[in-house]
Amino acid sequence: MKQMNWNELPHAGSILKAGNANEYKTGSWRSLKPRWIEENCIQCLFCWIYCPDSAVSVKDEKMTGFDYDHCKGCGVCAMECPGKKGNKAIVMEEEGK
Amino acid sequence: MGATTTKIVAVTGNQAVAEALRQLNPDVMPAYPITPSTGIMESFTKFVSDGKVDTETILVESEHSAMSACIGASAAGGRVATATSAQGLALMWEMLHIASGYRLPILMALVNRALSAPLNIHGDHSDGMGMRDCSWIQLFSENAQEAYDNTIMAYRIAEHKDVRLPIAVNMDGFIISHSIESMTFIPDAEVKKFVGDYIAIDPLLDIDHPKSIGALVLPDYYMEHKRAQHEAMLNAKKVISDVSAEFARLFGRTYDLFESYRLEDAEVVLVALNSAAGTIKDEVDRYREKGVKAGLLKPRVFRPFPYEEVGAALKNAKAVCVMDRADSYGGYGPLFMEIASAVQPHRGPVLFNKVYGLGGRDLMPLDVDQLIDETIEVAKTGKAKMIKEYITVRN
Repeated sequence: MKQMNWNELPHAGSILKAGNANEYKTGSWRSLKPRWIEENCIQCLFCWIYCPDSAVSVKDEKMTGFDYDHCKGCGVCAMECPGKKGNKAIVMEEEGK
Repeated sequence: MGATTTKIVAVTGNQAVAEALRQLNPDVMPAYPITPSTGIMESFTKFVSDGKVDTETILVESEHSAMSACIGASAAGGRVATATSAQGLALMWEMLHIASGYRLPILMALVNRALSAPLNIHGDHSDGMGMRDCSWIQLFSENAQEAYDNTIMAYRIAEHKDVRLPIAVNMDGFIISHSIESMTFIPDAEVKKFVGDYIAIDPLLDIDHPKSIGALVLPDYYMEHKRAQHEAMLNAKKVISDVSAEFARLFGRTYDLFESYRLEDAEVVLVALNSAAGTIKDEVDRYREKGVKAGLLKPRVFRPFPYEEVGAALKNAKAVCVMDRADSYGGYGPLFMEIASAVQPHRGPVLFNKVYGLGGRDLMPLDVDQLIDETIEVAKTGKAKMIKEYITVRN
Protein backbone atom coordinates (compact mmCIF):
# COMPACT_ATOMS: atom_id res chain seq x y z
CA MET A 1 0.00 0.00 0.00
CA LYS A 2 1.51 3.37 -1.04
CA GLN A 3 1.77 5.68 1.94
CA MET A 4 0.19 9.12 1.67
CA ASN A 5 2.07 12.39 2.14
CA TRP A 6 0.87 14.82 4.81
CA ASN A 7 -1.01 16.93 2.28
CA GLU A 8 -2.77 13.90 0.80
CA LEU A 9 -4.43 12.78 4.03
CA PRO A 10 -8.22 13.09 4.25
CA HIS A 11 -9.38 16.00 6.42
CA ALA A 12 -8.49 15.35 10.07
CA GLY A 13 -7.12 11.96 9.02
CA SER A 14 -10.66 10.55 9.03
CA ILE A 15 -11.18 7.09 7.61
CA LEU A 16 -13.78 7.65 4.93
CA LYS A 17 -14.03 4.16 3.48
CA ALA A 18 -16.04 1.79 5.63
CA GLY A 19 -14.42 -1.59 6.23
CA ASN A 20 -11.00 -0.69 4.89
CA ALA A 21 -9.29 -2.48 7.79
CA ASN A 22 -9.52 -5.44 5.41
CA GLU A 23 -6.69 -3.84 3.41
CA TYR A 24 -4.39 -3.86 6.43
CA LYS A 25 -2.73 -7.25 6.69
CA THR A 26 -1.96 -8.26 10.25
CA GLY A 27 -1.10 -11.92 9.68
CA SER A 28 2.61 -11.28 10.17
CA TRP A 29 1.98 -10.40 13.84
CA ARG A 30 1.27 -14.09 14.51
CA SER A 31 3.59 -16.37 16.49
CA LEU A 32 1.03 -19.14 16.96
CA LYS A 33 -1.10 -20.36 14.07
CA PRO A 34 -4.52 -22.02 14.36
CA ARG A 35 -4.89 -25.30 12.48
CA TRP A 36 -8.35 -26.61 11.63
CA ILE A 37 -8.95 -30.35 12.03
CA GLU A 38 -12.07 -30.83 9.97
CA GLU A 39 -12.99 -34.33 11.23
CA ASN A 40 -13.37 -32.95 14.80
CA CYS A 41 -15.48 -29.95 13.74
CA ILE A 42 -19.19 -29.95 14.66
CA GLN A 43 -19.82 -26.63 12.83
CA CYS A 44 -21.00 -24.87 15.99
CA LEU A 45 -19.30 -21.66 14.67
CA PHE A 46 -18.12 -20.64 18.14
CA CYS A 47 -14.75 -19.85 16.53
CA TRP A 48 -16.48 -17.47 14.09
CA ILE A 49 -18.44 -15.79 16.91
CA TYR A 50 -15.44 -15.37 19.20
CA CYS A 51 -12.77 -14.39 16.66
CA PRO A 52 -11.94 -10.74 17.44
CA ASP A 53 -10.61 -10.18 13.93
CA SER A 54 -13.19 -11.77 11.61
CA ALA A 55 -10.46 -14.17 10.53
CA VAL A 56 -12.57 -17.32 10.52
CA SER A 57 -13.76 -18.00 6.97
CA VAL A 58 -17.36 -19.15 6.64
CA LYS A 59 -19.19 -20.19 3.49
CA ASP A 60 -22.84 -21.29 3.34
CA GLU A 61 -22.97 -21.25 7.15
CA LYS A 62 -20.03 -23.66 7.39
CA MET A 63 -16.57 -23.02 8.79
CA THR A 64 -14.08 -23.48 5.93
CA GLY A 65 -10.74 -22.44 7.45
CA PHE A 66 -8.84 -19.30 8.44
CA ASP A 67 -7.98 -15.99 6.82
CA TYR A 68 -4.27 -16.07 7.57
CA ASP A 69 -3.78 -12.55 6.13
CA HIS A 70 -5.58 -11.17 9.19
CA CYS A 71 -5.46 -13.85 11.93
CA LYS A 72 -3.13 -12.56 14.68
CA GLY A 73 -2.90 -15.95 16.37
CA CYS A 74 -4.59 -14.96 19.62
CA GLY A 75 -5.88 -18.51 20.19
CA VAL A 76 -9.38 -17.57 21.35
CA CYS A 77 -10.91 -19.85 18.70
CA ALA A 78 -8.88 -22.85 19.90
CA MET A 79 -9.79 -22.06 23.51
CA GLU A 80 -13.52 -21.88 22.77
CA CYS A 81 -13.66 -24.81 20.35
CA PRO A 82 -15.71 -27.64 22.00
CA GLY A 83 -14.46 -30.18 19.44
CA LYS A 84 -15.97 -33.63 19.11
CA LYS A 85 -15.78 -36.21 21.91
CA GLY A 86 -12.97 -34.35 23.64
CA ASN A 87 -10.90 -33.79 20.48
CA LYS A 88 -10.38 -30.13 19.54
CA ALA A 89 -11.12 -29.07 15.97
CA ILE A 90 -8.73 -26.10 16.32
CA VAL A 91 -5.22 -26.38 17.69
CA MET A 92 -2.53 -23.72 17.97
CA GLU A 93 0.85 -24.53 16.48
CA GLU A 94 4.03 -22.55 16.40
CA GLU A 95 4.59 -20.52 13.23
CA GLY A 96 7.20 -21.94 10.91
CA LYS A 97 6.76 -25.43 12.25
CA MET B 1 -18.54 50.89 6.55
CA GLY B 2 -21.82 49.72 8.06
CA ALA B 3 -23.98 52.60 9.16
CA THR B 4 -26.43 50.36 11.01
CA THR B 5 -24.15 49.56 13.94
CA THR B 6 -24.76 52.61 16.04
CA LYS B 7 -26.73 51.38 19.04
CA ILE B 8 -24.61 51.88 22.14
CA VAL B 9 -25.25 49.65 25.14
CA ALA B 10 -23.75 49.33 28.63
CA VAL B 11 -22.94 45.70 29.42
CA THR B 12 -20.39 43.54 31.20
CA GLY B 13 -17.83 41.56 29.21
CA ASN B 14 -19.72 38.37 29.99
CA GLN B 15 -22.98 39.84 28.73
CA ALA B 16 -21.25 41.05 25.57
CA VAL B 17 -19.90 37.58 24.80
CA ALA B 18 -23.25 35.96 25.67
CA GLU B 19 -24.93 38.37 23.23
CA ALA B 20 -22.42 37.40 20.52
CA LEU B 21 -23.17 33.73 21.20
CA ARG B 22 -26.92 34.41 20.98
CA GLN B 23 -26.37 35.99 17.58
CA LEU B 24 -24.11 33.13 16.45
CA ASN B 25 -26.84 30.67 17.56
CA PRO B 26 -24.66 27.54 17.89
CA ASP B 27 -26.31 24.13 17.56
CA VAL B 28 -24.89 22.80 20.82
CA MET B 29 -23.34 24.47 23.87
CA PRO B 30 -22.02 22.10 26.53
CA ALA B 31 -20.62 23.87 29.59
CA TYR B 32 -19.91 23.60 33.29
CA PRO B 33 -20.07 26.98 34.99
CA ILE B 34 -16.95 28.36 36.67
CA THR B 35 -16.12 31.84 37.94
CA PRO B 36 -15.60 34.29 36.28
CA SER B 37 -17.08 32.86 33.06
CA THR B 38 -20.33 31.79 34.78
CA GLY B 39 -22.12 34.94 33.65
CA ILE B 40 -21.81 33.89 30.02
CA MET B 41 -23.69 30.65 30.63
CA GLU B 42 -26.12 32.40 32.97
CA SER B 43 -27.12 34.83 30.22
CA PHE B 44 -27.00 32.23 27.50
CA THR B 45 -29.18 29.63 29.23
CA LYS B 46 -31.74 32.42 29.71
CA PHE B 47 -31.70 32.94 25.93
CA VAL B 48 -32.30 29.20 25.56
CA SER B 49 -35.18 29.19 28.07
CA ASP B 50 -36.73 32.22 26.40
CA GLY B 51 -36.53 30.57 22.98
CA LYS B 52 -34.17 33.23 21.61
CA VAL B 53 -31.77 30.60 20.21
CA ASP B 54 -32.06 27.12 18.75
CA THR B 55 -29.12 25.89 20.79
CA GLU B 56 -29.20 22.71 22.81
CA THR B 57 -27.30 23.35 26.02
CA ILE B 58 -25.79 20.36 27.79
CA LEU B 59 -25.09 20.94 31.46
CA VAL B 60 -22.45 18.35 32.14
CA GLU B 61 -20.78 17.05 35.29
CA SER B 62 -17.30 18.48 34.67
CA GLU B 63 -15.29 20.52 32.20
CA HIS B 64 -13.64 17.38 30.89
CA SER B 65 -17.14 16.24 29.96
CA ALA B 66 -17.99 19.69 28.60
CA MET B 67 -15.14 19.55 26.11
CA SER B 68 -15.89 15.89 25.37
CA ALA B 69 -19.49 16.83 24.56
CA CYS B 70 -18.22 19.70 22.39
CA ILE B 71 -16.06 17.23 20.47
CA GLY B 72 -18.92 14.76 20.01
CA ALA B 73 -21.35 17.43 18.87
CA SER B 74 -18.83 19.04 16.54
CA ALA B 75 -17.75 15.72 15.03
CA ALA B 76 -21.43 14.94 14.48
CA GLY B 77 -21.57 18.08 12.34
CA GLY B 78 -22.86 20.81 14.65
CA ARG B 79 -21.65 24.33 15.31
CA VAL B 80 -20.48 24.23 18.90
CA ALA B 81 -19.40 26.64 21.65
CA THR B 82 -18.46 26.54 25.32
CA ALA B 83 -17.20 28.87 28.04
CA THR B 84 -14.76 28.32 30.87
CA SER B 85 -11.97 29.69 33.08
CA ALA B 86 -8.85 28.54 34.96
CA GLN B 87 -9.29 25.10 36.59
CA GLY B 88 -12.13 24.39 34.20
CA LEU B 89 -9.80 24.86 31.25
CA ALA B 90 -7.13 22.85 33.05
CA LEU B 91 -9.55 19.96 33.43
CA MET B 92 -10.32 20.16 29.70
CA TRP B 93 -6.65 19.96 28.78
CA GLU B 94 -6.60 16.37 27.56
CA MET B 95 -9.64 16.98 25.38
CA LEU B 96 -8.32 20.28 23.97
CA HIS B 97 -5.77 18.25 22.02
CA ILE B 98 -8.47 15.87 20.79
CA ALA B 99 -10.57 18.81 19.55
CA SER B 100 -7.68 20.24 17.53
CA GLY B 101 -6.39 16.83 16.40
CA TYR B 102 -9.85 16.04 15.01
CA ARG B 103 -9.78 19.52 13.42
CA LEU B 104 -13.08 20.60 14.96
CA PRO B 105 -13.84 24.34 14.81
CA ILE B 106 -15.19 24.62 18.37
CA LEU B 107 -15.50 28.11 19.86
CA MET B 108 -14.47 28.68 23.47
CA ALA B 109 -15.06 31.86 25.44
CA LEU B 110 -12.14 31.83 27.86
CA VAL B 111 -12.47 34.29 30.71
CA ASN B 112 -8.91 34.44 31.99
CA ARG B 113 -8.40 33.56 35.64
CA ALA B 114 -5.42 32.55 37.77
CA LEU B 115 -4.76 28.85 38.20
CA SER B 116 -4.72 27.42 41.72
CA ALA B 117 -2.89 26.98 44.07
CA PRO B 118 -3.19 29.18 46.03
CA LEU B 119 -6.87 29.24 45.18
CA ASN B 120 -7.74 32.51 43.49
CA ILE B 121 -10.66 33.51 41.30
CA HIS B 122 -9.28 36.73 39.79
CA GLY B 123 -7.80 37.48 36.42
CA ASP B 124 -4.44 36.51 35.02
CA HIS B 125 -3.32 34.64 31.92
CA SER B 126 -2.00 31.42 33.43
CA ASP B 127 -5.00 29.48 32.11
CA GLY B 128 -4.72 30.77 28.54
CA MET B 129 -0.95 30.30 28.45
CA GLY B 130 -1.46 26.74 29.65
CA MET B 131 -3.29 25.92 26.41
CA ARG B 132 -0.55 27.43 24.24
CA ASP B 133 0.55 24.11 22.77
CA CYS B 134 -2.92 22.60 22.33
CA SER B 135 -3.23 23.77 18.69
CA TRP B 136 -6.12 26.13 19.42
CA ILE B 137 -6.24 29.53 17.78
CA GLN B 138 -5.98 32.08 20.59
CA LEU B 139 -7.39 35.60 20.32
CA PHE B 140 -6.98 38.14 23.14
CA SER B 141 -9.34 41.03 23.83
CA GLU B 142 -8.64 44.31 25.58
CA ASN B 143 -12.26 45.11 26.49
CA ALA B 144 -15.86 43.98 26.11
CA GLN B 145 -16.11 45.38 22.57
CA GLU B 146 -13.06 43.43 21.43
CA ALA B 147 -14.27 40.26 23.17
CA TYR B 148 -17.61 40.64 21.37
CA ASP B 149 -16.01 41.38 18.00
CA ASN B 150 -13.50 38.53 18.34
CA THR B 151 -16.35 36.16 19.19
CA ILE B 152 -18.33 37.30 16.14
CA MET B 153 -15.27 36.67 13.94
CA ALA B 154 -14.29 33.37 15.60
CA TYR B 155 -16.33 30.89 13.55
CA ARG B 156 -15.34 32.56 10.30
CA ILE B 157 -11.70 31.92 11.21
CA ALA B 158 -12.04 28.48 12.79
CA GLU B 159 -14.37 27.08 10.13
CA HIS B 160 -12.37 28.30 7.12
CA LYS B 161 -11.57 25.32 4.92
CA ASP B 162 -7.84 25.99 5.10
CA VAL B 163 -7.94 26.15 8.91
CA ARG B 164 -10.57 23.98 10.65
CA LEU B 165 -9.11 24.36 14.13
CA PRO B 166 -10.77 25.20 17.44
CA ILE B 167 -10.57 28.79 18.66
CA ALA B 168 -10.47 30.43 22.09
CA VAL B 169 -11.43 34.06 22.65
CA ASN B 170 -9.75 35.42 25.78
CA MET B 171 -10.75 38.32 27.98
CA ASP B 172 -9.63 39.26 31.49
CA GLY B 173 -11.64 37.82 34.35
CA PHE B 174 -13.51 40.39 36.47
CA ILE B 175 -11.61 43.38 35.04
CA ILE B 176 -13.54 42.90 31.79
CA SER B 177 -15.97 40.04 32.44
CA HIS B 178 -17.68 41.81 35.36
CA SER B 179 -17.15 45.51 34.55
CA ILE B 180 -19.82 47.43 32.70
CA GLU B 181 -18.60 49.28 29.62
CA SER B 182 -20.34 51.06 26.82
CA MET B 183 -20.05 49.28 23.52
CA THR B 184 -21.85 48.55 20.27
CA PHE B 185 -23.67 45.42 19.16
CA ILE B 186 -24.04 44.55 15.50
CA PRO B 187 -27.66 43.92 14.42
CA ASP B 188 -28.66 40.24 14.38
CA ALA B 189 -29.28 40.08 10.65
CA GLU B 190 -25.84 41.49 9.86
CA VAL B 191 -24.13 39.00 12.17
CA LYS B 192 -26.08 36.15 10.58
CA LYS B 193 -25.04 37.28 7.11
CA PHE B 194 -21.40 37.80 8.14
CA VAL B 195 -21.05 34.42 9.83
CA GLY B 196 -23.04 32.38 7.30
CA ASP B 197 -24.15 28.76 7.51
CA TYR B 198 -21.86 26.08 8.83
CA ILE B 199 -20.95 23.28 6.46
CA ALA B 200 -19.24 20.49 8.38
CA ILE B 201 -16.50 18.47 6.66
CA ASP B 202 -17.10 14.70 6.89
CA PRO B 203 -19.67 14.85 9.73
CA LEU B 204 -20.43 11.62 11.55
CA LEU B 205 -24.20 12.19 11.28
CA ASP B 206 -23.97 11.85 7.50
CA ILE B 207 -25.08 8.25 7.89
CA ASP B 208 -25.07 7.50 4.16
CA HIS B 209 -21.30 7.84 4.31
CA PRO B 210 -20.09 5.85 7.32
CA LYS B 211 -16.62 6.81 8.53
CA SER B 212 -14.25 6.62 11.46
CA ILE B 213 -12.53 9.46 13.25
CA GLY B 214 -9.89 9.14 15.92
CA ALA B 215 -8.42 5.82 14.78
CA LEU B 216 -5.10 4.62 16.19
CA VAL B 217 -2.24 6.17 14.22
CA LEU B 218 1.21 4.66 14.65
CA PRO B 219 4.66 6.11 13.87
CA ASP B 220 4.14 5.53 10.13
CA TYR B 221 1.44 8.25 9.93
CA TYR B 222 1.39 10.31 13.16
CA MET B 223 3.84 12.92 11.87
CA GLU B 224 1.88 13.40 8.63
CA HIS B 225 -1.21 14.19 10.72
CA LYS B 226 0.71 16.72 12.81
CA ARG B 227 2.33 18.28 9.74
CA ALA B 228 -1.14 18.88 8.29
CA GLN B 229 -2.21 20.45 11.60
CA HIS B 230 0.84 22.74 11.53
CA GLU B 231 -0.14 23.85 8.03
CA ALA B 232 -3.65 24.70 9.22
CA MET B 233 -2.19 26.94 11.93
CA LEU B 234 0.09 28.64 9.37
CA ASN B 235 -2.96 29.24 7.15
CA ALA B 236 -4.90 30.69 10.08
CA LYS B 237 -2.75 33.84 10.09
CA LYS B 238 -3.89 34.96 6.65
CA VAL B 239 -7.48 33.93 7.31
CA ILE B 240 -7.53 36.02 10.51
CA SER B 241 -6.22 39.03 8.58
CA ASP B 242 -8.76 38.52 5.78
CA VAL B 243 -11.74 38.02 8.10
CA SER B 244 -10.67 41.03 10.19
CA ALA B 245 -10.39 43.19 7.06
CA GLU B 246 -13.89 42.16 5.98
CA PHE B 247 -15.18 42.88 9.49
CA ALA B 248 -13.58 46.34 9.40
CA ARG B 249 -15.13 47.05 6.01
CA LEU B 250 -18.62 46.02 7.17
CA PHE B 251 -18.69 47.21 10.75
CA GLY B 252 -16.02 49.89 10.96
CA ARG B 253 -13.82 48.49 13.71
CA THR B 254 -10.31 47.58 12.60
CA TYR B 255 -8.37 44.62 13.95
CA ASP B 256 -5.19 42.91 12.87
CA LEU B 257 -2.82 40.28 14.20
CA PHE B 258 -1.72 42.80 16.83
CA GLU B 259 -2.52 46.41 17.64
CA SER B 260 0.17 49.03 17.17
CA TYR B 261 -0.43 52.00 19.41
CA ARG B 262 1.82 54.99 18.59
CA LEU B 263 4.37 52.40 17.57
CA GLU B 264 5.50 53.77 14.20
CA ASP B 265 8.41 55.86 15.49
CA ALA B 266 8.48 54.51 19.07
CA GLU B 267 11.85 54.05 20.75
CA VAL B 268 10.55 52.70 24.05
CA VAL B 269 7.86 50.06 23.70
CA LEU B 270 5.69 48.13 26.10
CA VAL B 271 4.13 44.84 25.03
CA ALA B 272 1.07 43.53 26.85
CA LEU B 273 -2.04 41.42 26.28
CA ASN B 274 -5.67 42.12 27.13
CA SER B 275 -6.98 44.77 29.54
CA ALA B 276 -3.61 46.13 30.72
CA ALA B 277 -3.26 47.66 27.26
CA GLY B 278 -5.98 50.19 28.09
CA THR B 279 -4.03 51.57 31.04
CA ILE B 280 -0.80 51.52 29.06
CA LYS B 281 -2.32 53.54 26.19
CA ASP B 282 -3.22 56.34 28.62
CA GLU B 283 0.32 56.43 29.96
CA VAL B 284 1.86 56.25 26.48
CA ASP B 285 -0.19 59.34 25.64
CA ARG B 286 1.09 61.14 28.76
CA TYR B 287 4.70 60.33 27.90
CA ARG B 288 4.18 61.35 24.27
CA GLU B 289 2.99 64.75 25.55
CA LYS B 290 6.29 64.99 27.43
CA GLY B 291 8.15 64.26 24.19
CA VAL B 292 9.03 60.63 24.91
CA LYS B 293 8.70 58.35 21.90
CA ALA B 294 6.72 55.69 23.72
CA GLY B 295 4.48 53.06 22.14
CA LEU B 296 2.53 49.88 22.78
CA LEU B 297 2.32 46.61 20.92
CA LYS B 298 -0.73 44.59 21.95
CA PRO B 299 -0.85 41.09 20.47
CA ARG B 300 -4.35 40.03 19.52
CA VAL B 301 -3.41 36.69 18.01
CA PHE B 302 -1.22 34.59 20.29
CA ARG B 303 -1.60 31.37 18.30
CA PRO B 304 -0.65 31.40 15.49
CA PHE B 305 1.93 33.93 16.72
CA PRO B 306 2.77 36.51 14.03
CA TYR B 307 6.57 36.39 14.44
CA GLU B 308 7.55 38.13 11.18
CA GLU B 309 5.07 40.96 11.60
CA VAL B 310 5.89 41.57 15.27
CA GLY B 311 9.62 41.40 14.52
CA ALA B 312 9.26 44.01 11.79
CA ALA B 313 7.17 46.24 14.06
CA LEU B 314 9.72 46.15 16.89
CA LYS B 315 13.01 46.10 15.02
CA ASN B 316 13.57 49.85 15.15
CA ALA B 317 12.74 50.28 18.85
CA LYS B 318 15.57 50.82 21.31
CA ALA B 319 14.13 49.02 24.33
CA VAL B 320 11.09 46.79 24.73
CA CYS B 321 9.49 45.85 28.04
CA VAL B 322 7.44 42.68 27.64
CA MET B 323 4.77 42.33 30.30
CA ASP B 324 3.56 38.89 31.27
CA ARG B 325 0.42 38.26 33.31
CA ALA B 326 1.56 34.64 33.72
CA ASP B 327 4.86 32.97 34.42
CA SER B 328 6.66 29.98 33.03
CA TYR B 329 8.41 29.20 36.30
CA GLY B 330 12.09 28.64 35.71
CA GLY B 331 11.78 30.26 32.28
CA TYR B 332 10.89 33.71 31.01
CA GLY B 333 7.26 34.77 30.79
CA PRO B 334 5.41 33.13 27.88
CA LEU B 335 4.81 36.39 26.01
CA PHE B 336 8.46 37.41 26.44
CA MET B 337 9.61 34.15 24.85
CA GLU B 338 7.48 34.87 21.79
CA ILE B 339 8.63 38.48 21.47
CA ALA B 340 12.27 37.40 21.84
CA SER B 341 11.75 34.84 19.06
CA ALA B 342 10.11 37.48 16.87
CA VAL B 343 12.89 40.05 17.37
CA GLN B 344 15.74 37.53 17.18
CA PRO B 345 16.36 37.76 13.39
CA HIS B 346 16.86 41.53 13.64
CA ARG B 347 19.60 43.53 15.35
CA GLY B 348 16.72 44.70 17.40
CA PRO B 349 16.00 46.41 20.69
CA VAL B 350 17.09 45.40 24.18
CA LEU B 351 14.36 43.21 25.65
CA PHE B 352 13.37 42.69 29.25
CA ASN B 353 10.50 40.95 30.98
CA LYS B 354 8.18 42.01 33.80
CA VAL B 355 5.72 39.68 35.46
CA TYR B 356 2.68 41.60 36.74
CA GLY B 357 -0.92 41.26 37.76
CA LEU B 358 -0.92 37.62 38.90
CA GLY B 359 -4.09 36.52 40.67
CA GLY B 360 -5.82 39.75 39.69
CA ARG B 361 -3.34 42.17 41.26
CA ASP B 362 -4.01 45.65 39.90
CA LEU B 363 -1.75 47.32 37.41
CA MET B 364 -2.04 51.03 38.19
CA PRO B 365 -1.06 53.91 35.89
CA LEU B 366 1.84 54.67 38.25
CA ASP B 367 3.14 51.10 37.78
CA VAL B 368 3.08 51.61 34.02
CA ASP B 369 4.93 54.93 34.44
CA GLN B 370 7.67 53.14 36.32
CA LEU B 371 7.95 50.61 33.51
CA ILE B 372 8.15 53.32 30.87
CA ASP B 373 10.82 55.14 32.96
CA GLU B 374 12.83 51.95 33.20
CA THR B 375 12.42 51.30 29.48
CA ILE B 376 13.71 54.82 28.75
CA GLU B 377 16.72 54.06 30.96
CA VAL B 378 17.36 50.74 29.21
CA ALA B 379 17.10 52.50 25.83
CA LYS B 380 19.74 55.01 27.02
CA THR B 381 22.21 52.52 28.48
CA GLY B 382 21.53 49.72 26.01
CA LYS B 383 21.44 47.29 28.90
CA ALA B 384 18.71 45.81 31.12
CA LYS B 385 19.62 45.40 34.78
CA MET B 386 17.45 42.31 35.16
CA ILE B 387 16.03 40.34 32.25
CA LYS B 388 13.06 39.03 34.22
CA GLU B 389 11.53 40.55 37.31
CA TYR B 390 8.25 40.51 39.25
CA ILE B 391 6.72 43.97 39.70
CA THR B 392 4.13 45.32 42.17
CA VAL B 393 5.27 42.62 44.59
CA ARG B 394 6.12 43.40 48.23
CA ASN B 395 9.85 43.26 48.84
